[in-house]
Amino acid sequence: MTWSGAFSLLVGSWRGRFGLAIIGLAVFVSIFGTLLAPYDPEASSLQVLQPPSFDHIMGTTESGADVFSQILVGTRVSVLVGFAAAFISAVLGSTVGLASGYYGGWTDRFLDALENWFLVIPTLPLMIVLARLLDPSLTVLIAVIGLTSWAGTGRIVRAQVLTLRERAFVERARALGAGDTYIIRRHILPNTLPLIFANTVLIIAVAILSEAALSFLGLGDPTRISWGTMLENAFNSGAPSAGAWWYVIPPGLAITLLVLAVSLIGFLFEEFINPRLQKDSGEPAAADELAIPLVQKES
Amino acid sequence: MSGRWLAGKVAAALLTLLFVILFNFFLFRVMGDPTTQLARLPRSTPEEIEKLQASYGLDKPLIGQFTDYAGDTARFDLGTSQRSRRPVWDEIVDALPWTLILVGTGTLIATLLGSWMGVIAATRRGQKTDDGLLGFSLFTYASPEYWIGIILILLFAVWIPILPSGLQVTPGVEFSSVFAEVLDVAEHLILPATAMTLMLLGQYFLIMRSSMVDVLTEDFITVKRATGQRWDRVVRKHAVPNALLPLVTLSAIQFGSVVGGAITIETVFSWPGLGELTFTAINDKDFPVLQGTFLIFSFGVILANLLADILYFYLDPRVKAT
Repeated sequence: MTWSGAFSLLVGSWRGRFGLAIIGLAVFVSIFGTLLAPYDPEASSLQVLQPPSFDHIMGTTESGADVFSQILVGTRVSVLVGFAAAFISAVLGSTVGLASGYYGGWTDRFLDALENWFLVIPTLPLMIVLARLLDPSLTVLIAVIGLTSWAGTGRIVRAQVLTLRERAFVERARALGAGDTYIIRRHILPNTLPLIFANTVLIIAVAILSEAALSFLGLGDPTRISWGTMLENAFNSGAPSAGAWWYVIPPGLAITLLVLAVSLIGFLFEEFINPRLQKDSGEPAAADELAIPLVQKES
Repeated sequence: MSGRWLAGKVAAALLTLLFVILFNFFLFRVMGDPTTQLARLPRSTPEEIEKLQASYGLDKPLIGQFTDYAGDTARFDLGTSQRSRRPVWDEIVDALPWTLILVGTGTLIATLLGSWMGVIAATRRGQKTDDGLLGFSLFTYASPEYWIGIILILLFAVWIPILPSGLQVTPGVEFSSVFAEVLDVAEHLILPATAMTLMLLGQYFLIMRSSMVDVLTEDFITVKRATGQRWDRVVRKHAVPNALLPLVTLSAIQFGSVVGGAITIETVFSWPGLGELTFTAINDKDFPVLQGTFLIFSFGVILANLLADILYFYLDPRVKAT
């Protein structure tokens, strides 16, 4: 996959443009959110649970803080956790997948069993147990989500490496005396990278959802505002029964839009790599055939 | 041949379960020695802590501790809840039926509705209906299920107050008959089950849709059409049964996300199942309960995977042949 190929893929369809726009906006806000926020997101005031007004375009929280400012500032946690956890997951998954596919034998058997275990075990309870044992912080969230979501990537990478290992160009390199490290670095990894990349984009979506779920359950970083902790606070303060839709809808919608954007980009890359997923006409498929994600939603 | 295949699957499932128990054991015994929780009382002396450790069997060597632990687990002795002081197993037994009701209802409706929507979309591929259904399912895939739950509360318990916003039964009511009680529970079930359905619907829909799209392009469908049978009959009698197979596998894979959904959705609706039990245990740092629910959730998922494998084996002759 070349850079220009990737670029035309992203800009050439509404899905790519929509995804890029939302992700671009989220990254921008996560960097400058604190500067953009009209109010201190944690400042309490007497204007408690006020509906949207000219002063507070998304209303106020149960402590009188500005919802819009919290949304802006909270973007950072979602973006940071999403990208960092997916990165850890990509590194772990591709290392395990490469090792087990390339070396085979007992290494493969052991790593394959480990992968299977992580694939079968329900992820959210596992994340809950780990996050509860270590005290909640941003680092813990990233580590826990990264450590529990690599198995799918590992499985896909392993399958790819198994077919690459038998290909003529790899055997030729080996016959010419190339070592394992050289073959992996020069031949195996470059041919696996697009696959790892597409899969990692989808993991970002899963990581964002996982962070939100853990935060909603009270396992988020208590010192930081995130969309998940906003939903937690809204729910715990009884905002839904008070009819405070302005407090409940924005954080969930923000999560949905970002996850949707990331997923659409991930699906695009997946289609690009796996032409079987494209429509017969050669046109990239609509959101469809392919929308069956390789990764599960916070399972 | 099939016996050996089955035995292999069962053995693999048991091995996975053993790993769960081993993991649970190490996580809580080694990383979080339960006495460090209990010994936080400011005036506990070293002797008292030692006594406490002995009462938990923590003075034994690690292997001994593990065999003790595995033995206890096999006898359903999962320890005592630090919050309620009741055996964890009793808490789980009380909560399990509620989770099964919620998860069962949600999964059943999502399977039926999702596959029906999938058939509709696949037979109208590229049309407005298809696009609409795809957009809807992508949205439900991307949105947090507990958020959907909160919106349902906002819509149908606050703005249009026709349904209860939480709990499984109206508190403090003497029911005149079992029927009245069942009706009351059913009323409380509507919103959480809807949230569960919406969470699962998208994936069932997408799988059924792409499976139907594949089947509809196969030769035997063209042949059936050529014999002059009506189109909707061809779809119903020939295409749908052949497209159903991937749903079986999906149900098993879905089980992991079902568990995640049960935790958050039960929390939102104060539905007294395993998920809510987990949630209260998170807040109370009640590790024995967390350990217990993790074990039960894992057991459920492992069992579901095994059952799906077996079902698949009977449904798909190609697997039998290998």
